Amino acid sequence: MPPTWLAEPAWIALRLSLKVALWATLIDLVLGIAFGYLLARKRFAGRELLDALLTLPMVMPPTVLGYYLLVLIGRHGPLGAWLQQVLGIQLIFTWQAAVIAAAVVAFPLVLKGARAAFEAVDTQLEQAAYVLGLSPFAVFLRVTLPLAWRGVLGGTLLAFARSMGEFGATLMVAGSIPGKTQTLSIAVYEAVQAGQDDTANLLVLITSLVCVTVLVSANKLTPNRSVQA
Amino acid sequence: MTLDVDISKTLEAAGRRFTLRARFQSDSQRVVIYGESGAGKSMLLKALAGLVTPDQGRIELGGRCLYAQEQGINLPPQQRELAYLFQDYALFPHLNVRQNIAFGLQRGWFNPASRIEHATVRHWLAALELELVAGQMPHQLSGGQRQRVALARALAASPRALLLDEPFAALDPGLRQRMRIELDKLQRQQGIPMLLITHDKDDVEAFGDHLLRMEQGVLVDTALELKGVVHEK
Repeated sequence: MPPTWLAEPAWIALRLSLKVALWATLIDLVLGIAFGYLLARKRFAGRELLDALLTLPMVMPPTVLGYYLLVLIGRHGPLGAWLQQVLGIQLIFTWQAAVIAAAVVAFPLVLKGARAAFEAVDTQLEQAAYVLGLSPFAVFLRVTLPLAWRGVLGGTLLAFARSMGEFGATLMVAGSIPGKTQTLSIAVYEAVQAGQDDTANLLVLITSLVCVTVLVSANKLTPNRSVQA
Repeated sequence: MTLDVDISKTLEAAGRRFTLRARFQSDSQRVVIYGESGAGKSMLLKALAGLVTPDQGRIELGGRCLYAQEQGINLPPQQRELAYLFQDYALFPHLNVRQNIAFGLQRGWFNPASRIEHATVRHWLAALELELVAGQMPHQLSGGQRQRVALARALAASPRALLLDEPFAALDPGLRQRMRIELDKLQRQQGIPMLLITHDKDDVEAFGDHLLRMEQGVLVDTALELKGVVHEK
């Protein structure tokens, strides 16, 4: 079998996986910063409950999450039906559904990193900035975020790696349509099921390389590495 | 400048209760509040700066009302135009000396550029002999330099008054006296009213034109005490 014949579906699956993981990570980054800051700095009733709820995807089986998502955004689900009727959008079995699945599963990684990073920022620095006349949003952009950035980015890279590897929830809501929703990890499963060992080997190699690269980068960004050593 | 304060605040945490009660007036350019740590000095200073909201009362500075619970006035720290010198200076660790000094001069969403040119920054770099370290980061500075940067950053914003929280506690004993002399000179040059909180008797001697004492959350005006007037409960 010529290798070029193998490379093409693998290439497509890789590109799809990267696209899905990038979008999922971007969504997680925005939401993770917002919720991480909220949980780190604001005192409100049910704060720890909210943290627990948002962390749930980390411990729940991805298939269970996928089922919840299916119920929510499926054709008869409350959100799915609304999207269908009002906007004419059908999410299920599209790459956007894969994005949602990956974003939900990987979200706790950004949240945990962001919350810890924001909590580590000395509130006195923020107070100093307030007294110097800056608005709360400017203080966030100029003091809090730059000081928490490494921790936020570390969690974000982990989330990217997790999104790349997402399987269970993605399969439930996006299915396995080659070239459309068949990501790397799902393509591996399909290749093994079909007995295409060469394809499986290549896909596994690509996935491993991407994940190792991301993890090495994430470790480099972990704050205070040298201090702890 | 007249400072007129009458506030109270109660904190409750882990079954312990702490009540701050402060009532004083001062026309002095140099007010020192002296007391043991944990007496509530920092809380009072933060209330003046708007970082802590009292339960009730009012704060007036130079005829301007900063806080009045009854009228629902509570200016945010940004509008009080005060400078606050934190005990460990709270310099922004991700910004160099120049950027730290320029921090309050540049509004908006972005920090000053690392090579920012600004007349006020240049003035304060020169006035506090920081020109040689202008491009350095806070962690590269000595204790005395850090305090000078904090002073420059505070004064660059042309505040109405300077609030200082144990300004010399973080310094070596040898350096303390030198920095006291520097601050003394600077305050006289600028003619800026200052309020300093401390647990160090030497600070009282150097700056205590008007001395107040803080004991377990209650402020005692020593000027009134001398006249035999006991602070009412």
